[in-house]
Amino acid sequence: MPSAEHHIGAPRSRIDGPAKVTGAARYAAEHTAPDLAYGIVVSGAIARGRIRSVYAAAALAVPGVIQVFTHENRRRTAWLDYSYKDDVAPPGAPFRPLYDAEIHYSGQPVALVVAEDYETAAYAASLLAIDYEVAEHETDLEAQRAYAYVPSKKRSGIPPPPSPRGDAEKAFGEAPLHVEGDYSHAIEHHNPMEPHASTVIWEGDGKLTVHDKIQGSQNSQRYITSVFGLKADDVRVMNAYVGGAFGSGLRPHYQLFLAVMAALELERSIKVVLTRDQMFTFSYRPHTLQTVRLAADRSGALRSIRHDAVAGTSRYEDYQENVVNWSGMMYHCDNVALTYTLAQIDTATPADMRAPGATTGVFALEIAMDELAERAAMDPIALRLRNYSDEDENQGKAYTSKELRECYRVGAERIGWSRRSSVPRSTREGRELVGFGMATGCWEAYLQKTAARATLTPDGKLEVATASSDIGTGTYTILAQIGADGFGLDLADVSVRIADSTLPTAPVQGGSWTAASSGSAVQAACQAVRETLLGHARGLHRSPLANAGIEQVEFRDGRITFASDPARFVTFADAMRAGGVDKVEAEATAAPSVVTALRYVSYTHAAVFAEVRVDEELGIVRAVRIVSAVAAGRILNPKTARSQILGGGVMGLGMALHEETMMDHNLGRFMNHNLGEYHVPANADVHDIDVVFVEEHDDKVSPIGVKGLGEIGIVGTAAAIANAVYNATGKRIRDLPITLDKLL
Amino acid sequence: MPTDPDGPPRSAGKLALTITINGEVRHLSVAPTTVLLDLLREHLGLTGTKKGCDHGQCGACTVLIDGRRVNSCLVLAVMKDGAEVTTIEGLATNGRLHPMQQAFVEHDAFQCGYCTPGQICSAVGLLGEGRARTPDEIRELMSGNICRCGAYVNIVAAIEQVMGAEDSRSAAA
Repeated sequence: MPSAEHHIGAPRSRIDGPAKVTGAARYAAEHTAPDLAYGIVVSGAIARGRIRSVYAAAALAVPGVIQVFTHENRRRTAWLDYSYKDDVAPPGAPFRPLYDAEIHYSGQPVALVVAEDYETAAYAASLLAIDYEVAEHETDLEAQRAYAYVPSKKRSGIPPPPSPRGDAEKAFGEAPLHVEGDYSHAIEHHNPMEPHASTVIWEGDGKLTVHDKIQGSQNSQRYITSVFGLKADDVRVMNAYVGGAFGSGLRPHYQLFLAVMAALELERSIKVVLTRDQMFTFSYRPHTLQTVRLAADRSGALRSIRHDAVAGTSRYEDYQENVVNWSGMMYHCDNVALTYTLAQIDTATPADMRAPGATTGVFALEIAMDELAERAAMDPIALRLRNYSDEDENQGKAYTSKELRECYRVGAERIGWSRRSSVPRSTREGRELVGFGMATGCWEAYLQKTAARATLTPDGKLEVATASSDIGTGTYTILAQIGADGFGLDLADVSVRIADSTLPTAPVQGGSWTAASSGSAVQAACQAVRETLLGHARGLHRSPLANAGIEQVEFRDGRITFASDPARFVTFADAMRAGGVDKVEAEATAAPSVVTALRYVSYTHAAVFAEVRVDEELGIVRAVRIVSAVAAGRILNPKTARSQILGGGVMGLGMALHEETMMDHNLGRFMNHNLGEYHVPANADVHDIDVVFVEEHDDKVSPIGVKGLGEIGIVGTAAAIANAVYNATGKRIRDLPITLDKLL
Repeated sequence: MPTDPDGPPRSAGKLALTITINGEVRHLSVAPTTVLLDLLREHLGLTGTKKGCDHGQCGACTVLIDGRRVNSCLVLAVMKDGAEVTTIEGLATNGRLHPMQQAFVEHDAFQCGYCTPGQICSAVGLLGEGRARTPDEIRELMSGNICRCGAYVNIVAAIEQVMGAEDSRSAAA
C-alpha cells in the first residue's frame, strides 16, 4: 500500500521559486568562465540569393575583435543532412549555419563576430559589409497556395489526415443546414522573454560544457556531437532554467551551432545571445489557410464535415502539424473529408508553438460550430452535446477518459452563460457591446519513454534525477512532490536534478507530456527503491517486517512501518545497515502501454468561455472574463497547474486579439520584429481568468493518471473569444487577430 | 577621465563612475557606450536583471534608480554617476525575502521566471509611487512589464496582497 499522499494534489509553491524571485536562477546566457568571449550574430539582409563577398576588414581591425566567422572560414562540419537532424526535426534538409554562400531566408545568420567583450563585438558586427546577389523570393502563402502538395515524408508523431469516411460532399448537398467559411490566422512568434542563447564553456582537451536555451538538453547534446563529430562524453549540455520557450526551444538553433563552432575553433569559452529582432529569424507558428464546411440536419446532428488546410513551410523542410484531424475526431459524424497540404515560402522553417496544429485547426472548427449553432437556432453548448462523441471518430477507439460534458456544465455556470443573449449585438452596457462565446478545446495526452533515477540515503534525503526540463511548467516541483510522497518526506528533503544531458534519458519537454512521463518514471524509480529497501529491512536479524509485503507497509518518518501495526517498523538507516549499503538507488523507465494503445486514445479536454466588451465606436475588444474548465486527469499541483492554464489562456487571447507577425512581401522580411510592434498581451489586456479542473479519474493514460497541461489552455480560447465578439457585435471575424480595423 | 595608457585598447575612453549598487559603493571605469543593464549583467555579474528586448519594450531589465523604476537597457551607465541602484539581488535582507518576492512565490506570479525580477522591481517601484489603488490601476501601471507565460492574474494578486499589508500597517500607525 502506498504511503498517504501529502504533497501530490496539494497546491505547493514552486521549489525553484526563491531562486527565481531573487535573481539567483541562472539562465543560458548567465554562466561565465575565465576569458569568456562574446559572439554577436550578423543577420542576412535579403530573402533569397547568394553572398557575393563579405568585407570583414573593418570589423577585424577593431581592437578586441578576435575573429569574424563566415561561410568562407568556418570549421568543417558533418556532410550528410542526417547528421543535422535533431530529435524533433521534420523531414527535409535542416538549415546549416554558415554552410555556404546561399541565402534561404531573410535574417539568416551570415557571420559571427567574436570579441573580448560584448560592446566590442556588437560594434564590430555593425561594421561588417556584405555584398549580395539577390534572387527572386516568394513569402506570400496565398501566392504559393496553387503549388500546395501533400508532403511525401510524414513527420514523426504527426498523423496525416485519415481517409475520408462516408461521402461528405453528397451529405453536404443533402443536409438542410450549412455553414462554409475560410479561416486564417497570422504568423505568430513564440517570443519567450529570454532570448535564445548558448554559453559554451571550453573545459580543455576538446571538452565542452554547454548552457543552452533548449527544451531538452539531450537533444542539443546529440546535435552537437553529430554535427561536429565529437564524442558523447566530451559534450555536456545543461538547461537548468529556461526563460520560456513554448516550442521555440524544441530544436537546437543557430546560436548553439555558432557558439560551439567558435569555441572549438578558438579553444576558449564563448557566449552567443540573440537579439530580440533575431528571435524572429527562426521558428514561428505557420500562417495556415483553412476552409471548413459543415452540414447538419434540423436537430443539429452533423451530417458532413470537411476541413481543408494549406500551411506554410520553408523551402528546405516539410514542417507538419495535425491541423485538421480534430475535425474528424471531436464530434460524431458519418461523412468526413479532411485534407492537409503544405506550400513553400522563403522563410525559416516554422516550428511547434504551443498546441501546434490544434490551436490552428480547432480555432476554425469551433468558430464554424458557433455559426452552425446559429443556423440551427441552437445554443452553442447544446449543439456540441448533440454531437458529443465517446470515441475518437477517426480511429473508432474509446477515450481512456473524457469528462468534457462536465467541463461544459461547470464552465457555463461559472461564466454565467444564462446571461448570454442568442441575438447578436443585442446587449450593451454604456458605450460597449457585450458578448459571450464558448469553444471546445482538445489536446492529445501523451506518455513518452522517459527514464529516472531515485537515490535514498540513510539520513532520509532523496534525490530524483532525469534529463527532463522545466521551461516554467513546474517540473522541479512536481517531481519533488512525487518523490516526497514516495517516502513520506518533506519537500525540502528531496533534491531534484533535471536539465542535464548526463542524467537518465528523457525527451524534449513538449507536447504536454513531461509531467505524465517524467512523473511516472520518478514514481517507478521510487517504487523500486522502496522494494529494495524493504528487502533490506526484511533481512534484518529478527526483523519486525520479516514477512511484510510491499503493499502492507508505509514509508514515512524515516521508517518502514507495518501499516496495520505501527509498532512494527524498521528505520531507513537500519534497513540500509542491514543490507550493508550506504544508499539505495534505482533507475526506472516509463513508457506507453502498447496494449492500451490498441483499444484506447487519450486526450485532454476543455470548455473555454469568454465574455467580451467591444467599444462600439472604437472597435476595441476587451476580454473581461475567460473561464477555462479543464479535464486533464489527475492534477499533481493545483497551483502550478492553474498557472499553466492561465498562461495558455493569455496566449490564446493574444492569438485572438493581438498577435500578428507582418511580412513585407516586397522585402520578404518580417516588419514588426520587436515587442513594441508585435504585441503580446500585457497586464492591462488581461482581466479575469477563471480556471477550474473537473474531476477526472484515468488509470490508463499514464501510470500516475496525469494527462498534461502545457497546451490545453490555449486550444479553443481564440475561438471562444471570436465567438464572443460575434455575439457582441454581429461581426463574424474568421481571420485572426481580431484587430479593431476588422470591427469598424 | 583620461585614457588608461596601460589598459587593453578596448578600454580607450573609459570614464570614471561612482555608483551605489544594492547598498555597495562601486568605483568603476566604464566605456561611455556601456548600458547600465550590460554593466550589471556582463561587467558586475549581477545577472538577476534580465535582458529581454534591449529596446525598453518588455520591462525585464527594470531596476530601481534612486527608488524609481527604470528600464536599465535604456540608461547609459555613465549618466548615473552618484546614483543608487537597487536590483533584484538587493531586495532581500539578511536572507529574508522582500514581501513582494514572498508574495510572488505564494501567488505563483511567474512560471519561467525570466520577467520576474523586472516585475518585482517594477511592483516595488509602483508601491513607492502610491498611484495604484485598484486592480485596474495595477494592470495599467504594470503594463510595461511583459510576461509571456501569462502570469498577470497572479502578478496582480501578489501586488494587491503587499499593497493591502502596507495599507493596514499605515492604518495601524
